[in-house]
Amino acid sequence: MNDFLQSLLSQLSQTLLVIVLAPIMLGWVNQWRSWLQNRSGPGLLQPYRLLSKLFFKDAVLAKNASPIFRISPYIQFGCMVLAASIVPIMQTNLAFSPAADVIALVGVFALARVFSSLAAMDIGTSFGTLGARREMLIASLSEPALLLVFFTPLLIAKSSSLNNIVATLAHRDFALYPSLAFAAVAFIMVLLAENARIPVDNPATHLELTMIHEALILEYSARHLALIEWATAVKLTTYCALGIALFAPWGIAASGDWEALPGALAVFVIKLAVAGAGLAALETVSAKMRIFRAPEFLGMAFLLAVLGMLTLLLLGA
Amino acid sequence: MAISAQLINFMAALLLLIAFAMLAQRRILSLIYLFAWQGLVLAANSVIVAYSTGQSHMYYSALLTFALKVILLPWILHRLIIKLDVRWDVETLINIPTIMLIGIALVIFAFNLALPISQLAGTITRSTLGIAMAIVLLSFLMMITRRKAVPQVIGFLAMENGLFFAATSTTYGMPMIVELGVALDVLIGMLILGIFFFQVREAFDSLDLSHMEKLKETDR
Repeated sequence: MNDFLQSLLSQLSQTLLVIVLAPIMLGWVNQWRSWLQNRSGPGLLQPYRLLSKLFFKDAVLAKNASPIFRISPYIQFGCMVLAASIVPIMQTNLAFSPAADVIALVGVFALARVFSSLAAMDIGTSFGTLGARREMLIASLSEPALLLVFFTPLLIAKSSSLNNIVATLAHRDFALYPSLAFAAVAFIMVLLAENARIPVDNPATHLELTMIHEALILEYSARHLALIEWATAVKLTTYCALGIALFAPWGIAASGDWEALPGALAVFVIKLAVAGAGLAALETVSAKMRIFRAPEFLGMAFLLAVLGMLTLLLLGA
Repeated sequence: MAISAQLINFMAALLLLIAFAMLAQRRILSLIYLFAWQGLVLAANSVIVAYSTGQSHMYYSALLTFALKVILLPWILHRLIIKLDVRWDVETLINIPTIMLIGIALVIFAFNLALPISQLAGTITRSTLGIAMAIVLLSFLMMITRRKAVPQVIGFLAMENGLFFAATSTTYGMPMIVELGVALDVLIGMLILGIFFFQVREAFDSLDLSHMEKLKETDR
């Protein structure tokens, strides 16, 4: 019973941490992008200011909006919170972990995406439909790639539960895994595509010819928009946490090791900061590509993930 | 697994990655840089193998690889494309995602083929034979799917890299005399092909080798 309470406590604290940290992470990435482009930047707390502004506004809904349009932001936010709760960041004894393994995690992301696309088409404007189609094009290619990325660590740990995978990877003897390197590169490519970052989509644009993610949320305002923006931030942070957990899990505390927790937290925050800066650098040096190049980009990610699995089978590492 | 074996495996994986990157590359200049990187990884791999097995002749072979494949050949190719003024365009016969899928099939084929052989071998590098064969096949695929002459030659050179890697992974490299001979052959071949490029361009106004299919003696 005590064990269960402990894991529940650990679970709640880490979920809360990710949700609170997510807008700051987004602000951090934007800050770095500004710095790298020789601008001074809006500051770390800008996403929070935006959220608080949006939460105090009155929501405007289109006359023909159906209930799907209204519940979609809540579902998206809920999905992202669930996703954030099953990725271990400090300790590998999460209470919610049995609820969903890595394969279900992909499904959770897919659920959020389906609802955002449905809501975008719900109003009937052309931009929403266009955005939804593009989103589905990207998603149909990035999802299989993401699944295959997960298969490599899954084969190494011989378990599909994230708790077990991270526990195995974090507490093994040091060994070079070329297969994990392949999977990591593929994961970064999927991360860029799924989070609407630069080579695939520009998060800062409202230009109708290029936008994907922004086109989906064009009709939203006030608290709905705030929830979606927050969900986007949580998604980015969860993806980064997932990458850290799978490919750089050193320093994560063992289950029940409470003394190591502050250290694990510090290590996690540092790794997240490095990941954010790296993401910004990656976005700065690459140009946005044409949307029809996206299948090639994601095909490459798919290929790398397959190569990772193949090298694991051949080299055993 | 010993750390040197892990490093060798890692180098092998890196080589495979570079082979795929070359397959997907659209620009000739980047293709040449990738080729230089491949040579560098190959040389590093030779050094690691030499260090971990105590085969001192592998050091010379690594030095030769470095001088030839990282410095000399890329430099010649670089000069060639500047003189020919073909820096950007690489046209493929089929689109790149399809080439990638064929590439994956080739890798699976090569891995399956090499598995029984590497189970028999006793060298530290035995598990990399499959990757070496995959690199040879992928370079071959690159030669087949490219239209222009320069990428085809780079594919040919990459294939030689793959063969060299295969020799390293099965028998710790070939005898020095053979290696010197191959290196000289590659260098001379490159020089001859360089002259050949200019002749092809003079005759057809392009480096597209599909023009050469029309060469017939009866044609007048």
